[in-house]
Amino acid sequence: MEIKIHRGGLQTTVQDLGRPGHRGAGVPLSGAMDPVALRVANFLVGNAENAAALEFVLVGPELEFSQDTVVALGGVEWEGLPSWQPVAVRAGERVKIGAAKRGCRGYLAVAGGIAVDPVMGSRSTYLRGGFGGFQGRALHDGDVLPLPAVTRQLGDHWRIDARVLPAYSAHPVVRVLRGAQTDEFGAALFGAEFKVSPQSDRMGLRLSGAALVRSSKVDLISSAVAPGTVQVPPDGQPIVLMADAQTIGGYPQAAHVISVDLPLMAQLRPGDTVKFAEVSLAEAQKLALAHEHGLALLREGLAQKLR
Amino acid sequence: MTFAPLGDHAVVVTLGAGVDDVVLNRVRSLVAVLENGRANGIVDVVAAYATVTVFYDPGVFNRGGGKTPYEHVCQVIGERAAKGDKGWPGLGQPERAGGDKGGLVEIPVCYGGEFGPDVAVVARQGGLKESDVVSLHAGASYVVHAVGFSPGFPYLGGLPEKLHTPRRATPRTSVPAGSVGIGGMQTGVYPLASPGGWQLIGRTPLALFDAARSPAALLRVGDRVKFKAITPEEFLSWK
Repeated sequence: MEIKIHRGGLQTTVQDLGRPGHRGAGVPLSGAMDPVALRVANFLVGNAENAAALEFVLVGPELEFSQDTVVALGGVEWEGLPSWQPVAVRAGERVKIGAAKRGCRGYLAVAGGIAVDPVMGSRSTYLRGGFGGFQGRALHDGDVLPLPAVTRQLGDHWRIDARVLPAYSAHPVVRVLRGAQTDEFGAALFGAEFKVSPQSDRMGLRLSGAALVRSSKVDLISSAVAPGTVQVPPDGQPIVLMADAQTIGGYPQAAHVISVDLPLMAQLRPGDTVKFAEVSLAEAQKLALAHEHGLALLREGLAQKLR
Repeated sequence: MTFAPLGDHAVVVTLGAGVDDVVLNRVRSLVAVLENGRANGIVDVVAAYATVTVFYDPGVFNRGGGKTPYEHVCQVIGERAAKGDKGWPGLGQPERAGGDKGGLVEIPVCYGGEFGPDVAVVARQGGLKESDVVSLHAGASYVVHAVGFSPGFPYLGGLPEKLHTPRRATPRTSVPAGSVGIGGMQTGVYPLASPGGWQLIGRTPLALFDAARSPAALLRVGDRVKFKAITPEEFLSWK
């Protein structure tokens, strides 16, 4: 069984939840920029949360399946296919996902998951490294992706309650933790509005706003960074590191976006704005645990529907 | 040993102020202790200079007792570090500076010419002849302080002072895989073709990173490195 890509869309890649365990060798985590959207889309078609799916940016792909299957679109709002519900697709039918109406990144999960070979334990595409996913690159018109032969029955029409999802917005307030150099930037990061620059990609979202000025001139020795790290290069315009971020960096770290709010960053498009608000580590970890609990309940609930 | 959070899924453990052999041995020891029989919930261990950053799953370290997952993971790391492991003394016990060396890796390099377009820049900076750049670079011994920037990229300490050269004002948009460069007081090798701002002095035919190989990265933190000059003919016929 396979998927034929009639139109690749904008930077459509195969992604799962990434490649943990190899950061010591300098290999980025990679994986879905919005891991919640990917996980929920997988739950909706009866997959394990880590199954490989398609990630696309602002414009979706046009696809054809060689066999009847079930798909689900995770993402804020797109033309062509409703979000957050399973959709039955017939063999030979074309599924055309158009432009994003709201949000930036969409995830199309397919029953059984996309069966490209794993590289270093993951099916994620790492574009800069040129490995993982489908030939280490974004999909082109005419590519054919392998799918396992699975069948899933879709009983009736339903969708999930949006309240279990992140509070997606084009102008979110994103919660952050203090970073190693937060104090050197005073309070300038908090409350000010930053705009998402078009130079953003899977490595990081580049923001523009009033420049953040560091009080210290001391050069820093490189140390680990993570998706969510807000680093500030000498021009004072912050970069929020995302899924394909390098593993170590030497720029000052003004803050770290908390893990439950990373999906809000992933769904920002160029021109959207964001403000940052500080929370404590204890609060961030409480939110992360509650969020995992909510997703586990959702997965259990959906498992009853998909047999 | 001090702890600081890096977001809500990682903790940075700092093991000293400088990057001397004592600190390097503490870093290697903690990495070895955490990676031999990796505790459930520890996802990644990233060493860089005097720090070891531990990525963890807060769900696994949610052990109650009025403590956060962060406090629990710090306690586990502290206990493991104090205990030590095969061949490594626990932290706080007598340290053996330079006693326990990492592996020695020899990297063949074809210096200059089209492979090293910036040899003249480095020579001018140090008031050297181009042949001195090669003999100084290949004559020194280096240690891997960090692996990152891109997969398998080693940050090497030990560059002779006369070779210290600032990065290019404008980075190259593409540096070929295997390029050996100098950035300030550091030297390193680009494992994959990528943009880069270091001064390029040569190229190695060795693959420093191969995702299909295990381990994928040729070098790890603590390894010792020597460079060996080879001819263009040797480069082309290298297997």
